[in-house]
Amino acid sequence: MTTATVTTDQPEPKAEKGPGRAGRAKKRLTGRTASLIALVIALLWTTPTFGLLLSSFRPEGEIKTNGWWNFFTDPAFTFDNYTQVLLSDTSSGRLGSYFFSSLVITIPAVLFPVAFASFAAYALSWIRFKGRDTLFVLIFALQVVPLQMALVPLLQMFQAWFGFEDEQKFIQIWFAHTCFALPFAVFLLHNFMSELPGDVIEAARVDGANHGTIFRKIVLPLVTPALASLTIFQFLWVWNDLLVALVFGNGKETAPMTVRLAELAGSRGEEWQRLTAGAFISIVVPLIVFLALQRYFVRGLLAGSVKG
Amino acid sequence: MATVTYKAASRIYPGSDKPAVNKLDLEIADGEFLVLVGPSGCGKSTSLRMLAGLEDVDEGAILIDDRDVSNLPPKARDIAMVFQNYALYPHMTVYENMAFALKLRKTPKAEIDARVKEAAELLQLEDYLKRKPKALSGGQRQRVAMGRAIVRQPQVFLMDEPLSNLDAKLRVQTRSQIASLQKRLGVTTVYVTHDQVEAMTMGHRVAVMLDGLLQQVDTPRALYETPKNVFVAGFMGSPAMNIKTVPLTDTGAKFGDTLIPLTREQVAAAGEGGQKSVTVGVRPEHCTIADTGIAVEVELVEELGSDAYVYGFAELGNGNGAERFVVRAQGGEIPRLGEIVHIKPQVGKEHIFHAESGERIAV
Repeated sequence: MTTATVTTDQPEPKAEKGPGRAGRAKKRLTGRTASLIALVIALLWTTPTFGLLLSSFRPEGEIKTNGWWNFFTDPAFTFDNYTQVLLSDTSSGRLGSYFFSSLVITIPAVLFPVAFASFAAYALSWIRFKGRDTLFVLIFALQVVPLQMALVPLLQMFQAWFGFEDEQKFIQIWFAHTCFALPFAVFLLHNFMSELPGDVIEAARVDGANHGTIFRKIVLPLVTPALASLTIFQFLWVWNDLLVALVFGNGKETAPMTVRLAELAGSRGEEWQRLTAGAFISIVVPLIVFLALQRYFVRGLLAGSVKG
Repeated sequence: MATVTYKAASRIYPGSDKPAVNKLDLEIADGEFLVLVGPSGCGKSTSLRMLAGLEDVDEGAILIDDRDVSNLPPKARDIAMVFQNYALYPHMTVYENMAFALKLRKTPKAEIDARVKEAAELLQLEDYLKRKPKALSGGQRQRVAMGRAIVRQPQVFLMDEPLSNLDAKLRVQTRSQIASLQKRLGVTTVYVTHDQVEAMTMGHRVAVMLDGLLQQVDTPRALYETPKNVFVAGFMGSPAMNIKTVPLTDTGAKFGDTLIPLTREQVAAAGEGGQKSVTVGVRPEHCTIADTGIAVEVELVEELGSDAYVYGFAELGNGNGAERFVVRAQGGEIPRLGEIVHIKPQVGKEHIFHAESGERIAV
């Protein structure tokens, strides 16, 4: 018989009556005390960010002499930090061009790994071929290789074979980010895809769909939560990356915001008050991405498909 | 409209010596409703999936309308399948679920619309076309799965235990709906179930399988009246036939003190290979409670209103001790628990099998 090992994301069983372990745990986690604790933790967690926000509006002298909480007793408000960060004409140019470089790096470096990992994960979960499981384990095992170990060989390879110059070095950065992201991305998406009910895939095959159609019309729509989380994860990683951009980039032409932020503090870190404003500017984009994608975190996408 | 032929088709799973389906030979006529039935693990679902193209045919061949489809992918076979757990596309509406296959075949939009509407009307799903599967009840989901098959207008319908997830009442209702729907559409249908009642009530012919082997294929009545072997005899009919192995004498089978008379040919056939005993099957409904006969101590009475099934133990003198025995009692003569009743099998309604091979011995 067809083994129907299927995880349907059914809506949660309504208010468990029995004193089962799950029931008790749920009660404990949704009770008033629990909510209060969660609220306190959330507040504590946000405090440093809030402090940073306040600091970014304080004058340099104040920032460097006392803590942000003094803002409440002795409010002093200025946009100096922001104007310096956004408009200062240093030798390395304005923040705007770095912002643009960041986008140029990040968008392909997110789309490529997500796309490739989806293909790979589909093949590894739904196409039968010899050595499939071994291949999956190998890809998975690549996660233990630290990124830093691959920097030099990868750079040598690019030098020897391609010799990219100037803006072409964006290609190197995209490639490096894609490589480093793939093992985890494949692993994550494979876990989601292989949990899809096999009967649904078979029904689509009987309905006349080939692998391409099944991938586009059935599998991708059903793993959107996984795609969204992977995209956010990878976006944050690339957006906040300094190392890969520095190693594979070409100085000013390809330097992203992170490079500029590091410079902003000055060569000896004497201007570190600017970092407060810089950090807030660089947070904006990831925040937009997160808010845009969080609506795809839907529970119960599979509900109603199969009776498990 | 099409015929389906299994020609010595086998499926051997990798890493297993024993075939899941062993040289299945089966011919299904155009427009026929054939039911594959058997206990779980008997290979009935595998046989169906081989026809669907979801399992390989390792040996032999499968023909649809004299066209060898053994190596064709599912999409090239023009079949539609209803899965045990519906397998609806959860992110599509009912309409999109039903239209999916037609869209893939680039059917004109107007025709898709017409066909989906027609199927929805047939299955009383018109009001639900815009809903997603999760907003439907079990019975409605099952009908959507049926609808998805119907709109395709395929050559063959394949159904893999489509009723097993419905509750008892809905199952009986849907059972007759599917049977009448099949009659109306006239599409060749292969239906898999483990429930012999479903098999008996729905199928034009029923194929009984065990351990990957086809045991018997015949009309429901023929299976009931002349089961080919002990397994088929015990599997078809509810409650199951009383099948007992008892001592063989020159004139019949000895049930304790009662003798079930056999013809000389039957005795000779049963004694083949030096057998001293014979297997006799008596259906519960072919027994009467009388003053004399096999003594049965009543252990349990299942009251059904119109009649009742009496479960008890009988000493049959075959060295096995007290054996279970089931009898149908008429409304008026229901015995009490612990009582000893006497049972007379109706003459000519018993089934005789060879004690060792289990094969039927004809009258």
